Amino acid sequence: MDIHEYQAKEILASFGVDIPPGALAYSPEQAAYRAREIGGERWVVKAQVHAGGRGKAGGVKVCSSDQEIQKTCEALFGRKLVTHQTGPEGKGIYRVYVEGAVPIEREIYLGLVLDRTSQRVMIVASAEGGMEIEEISAQKPDSIVRATVEPAVGLQDFQCRQIAFKLGIDPALTQRMVRTLQGCYRAFRDYDATMVEINPLVVTGDNRILALDAKMTFDDNALFRHPQISELRDKSQEDPRESRAADRGLSYVGLDGNIGCIVNGAGLAMATMDTIKLAGGEPANFLDIGGGATPERVAKAFRLVMSDSNVQAVLVNIFAGINRCDWVAEGVIQALREVQVDVPVIVRLAGTNVEAGQKILAESGLPLIRANTLMEAAERAVGAWKNDLSQDTRMRAVK
Amino acid sequence: MSIFIDESTRVIVQGITGKMARFHTNDMLNYGTRVVGGVVPGKGGQLVDGLPVFDTVEEAVAETGAEASLVFVPPPFAADSIMEAADAGIRYCVCITDGIPAQDMIRVKRYMYRYPKERRMVLTGPNCAGTISPGKALLGIMPGHIYLPGPVGIIGRSGTLGYEAAAQLKAHGIGVSTSVGIGGDPINGSSFRDIIQHFQNDDDTQVICMIGEIGGPQEAEAAAYIRDHVTKPVIAYVAGLTAPKGRTMGHAGAIISAFGESASEKVEILTAAGVTVAPNPAVIGDTIARVMAKAA
Repeated sequence: MDIHEYQAKEILASFGVDIPPGALAYSPEQAAYRAREIGGERWVVKAQVHAGGRGKAGGVKVCSSDQEIQKTCEALFGRKLVTHQTGPEGKGIYRVYVEGAVPIEREIYLGLVLDRTSQRVMIVASAEGGMEIEEISAQKPDSIVRATVEPAVGLQDFQCRQIAFKLGIDPALTQRMVRTLQGCYRAFRDYDATMVEINPLVVTGDNRILALDAKMTFDDNALFRHPQISELRDKSQEDPRESRAADRGLSYVGLDGNIGCIVNGAGLAMATMDTIKLAGGEPANFLDIGGGATPERVAKAFRLVMSDSNVQAVLVNIFAGINRCDWVAEGVIQALREVQVDVPVIVRLAGTNVEAGQKILAESGLPLIRANTLMEAAERAVGAWKNDLSQDTRMRAVK
Repeated sequence: MSIFIDESTRVIVQGITGKMARFHTNDMLNYGTRVVGGVVPGKGGQLVDGLPVFDTVEEAVAETGAEASLVFVPPPFAADSIMEAADAGIRYCVCITDGIPAQDMIRVKRYMYRYPKERRMVLTGPNCAGTISPGKALLGIMPGHIYLPGPVGIIGRSGTLGYEAAAQLKAHGIGVSTSVGIGGDPINGSSFRDIIQHFQNDDDTQVICMIGEIGGPQEAEAAAYIRDHVTKPVIAYVAGLTAPKGRTMGHAGAIISAFGESASEKVEILTAAGVTVAPNPAVIGDTIARVMAKAA
């Protein structure tokens, strides 16, 4: 789960990480008022969306008057911010964060991640702050400093000092850097984060170390023990179909194609998408309905997939293990009677009692296209979609 | 031979009184697995389907001589249960539970290293379908009848995609020595490389099939190991060629977040290491059959 910059800063500040003075606003007027409260002569107005690359996309503006803040905010609020991380549809701006501008001496990249190679928390830092970590590792890989945390004893001060010295931080600021790093690690550990990123972490002209931006991502599997983090979830930043799916216990990722997929199991779902592509089509979604394919789940899945107006055919691929195919077939039929599906539906069942399942589908009287293998299913789905498409064109031509 | 489990392995089920656990315990017993008891704290002394329940794994091991354990405990308590098994002297543990916090798994991995290698438990999973040595024993939730006994060692992250591969093999009349699910989580008990090592040393396994997916470094690690140490033919399939970058595809670990983690990069790395990669999931069985015919 992602949270906003201002929320991440609040959390990190509570662990001893210093941040510039700032406040949240829900309207242009409130933003101007916040700036007056903060004081100073220059402020940074930052759109709060769950995505990086806000600066380049015009979501971060430096302002030096009330009027400028109001004008900037009027242009931001309600708009969709499109950054290289949001996709073409962008993310809605409903909150802005106003921050007092600080004199920047140098910028540092600081990230904490779950490193899957060492299976530990890893700190990644670079003197090349402001750039994205992908760019840094591509262009200045030697500037990257890493340290892994021994989980039994946690991050040690000497590791923090090592990082500070390797980054060339003024020795007088070493202790501040240690406090910053320890704060980030403790926040990561205590709240089950999977990522903490401060980019940039800045050293100011007046010798402070401040988190100028902050991003935190949390382990969905650990939210049960952090209700205060769960409350920070902002559905306005999620794809509506994906959050609806998540609320129903389905795992859904929307894609650009037009063949909808309903599959049990994540690996088989990815494999099904790959096979559709191989057969010359494009998958409209990833959807894992879970190991057991109950009729209720199949019906929910159909509703979800059909809510995507790009879907022109639906491929159902279920490997029934413990559940039998006859039972899954009943579920598919029940779902198709409940949910209005006006595109071709291709069903491939495999596993236990497959013959009985096929028979039920054949005798249902529903216009289903059946397939025996994964490849056959994908080919028929692509064929059905193309056929449908050419019929459409013909009809249009007649008109 | 097979790896990890056979018909003589004594198995306990942690969390045996749960609905799912009971269902699958019966399935395992029907398959011929030697299930000798279960563990549920506070329910010691009860019987579940004729099997004795113990309060602690330590007690279960002392009373039944259990060597292997299947963890069916809910996510908040699963890490604790795995560590309890490691401490009690269980040799092989399969954790089915999906949804264990990643930091809990970091602690589990660290904890297991406190034991010397000779008595360190092997853990596979979490978030996996389990392990089966066809015709001998089943430690998990997979449908036993789709597997024939035979010479192919299977390692996979995904449950149903592994079933798909086993069913394709069965259609070719090809059997499996052992099939091991390593699970879809980012921090897992055993990696592809760990299991491949066991298959390389197993006399009954002649061919190794690994079914990977996007995310994480373990397919690439396995490729390096295969190149340097494995003499048996290895066939692989990597799911997720069409998966977008930066999105979690169902499994918590199935996310492309770094260089080398996409399916096409993994296919390239595996191919360079001498692995035969099945171009699509529909031909995993065909590819294995072809490689076996060539080797024969």
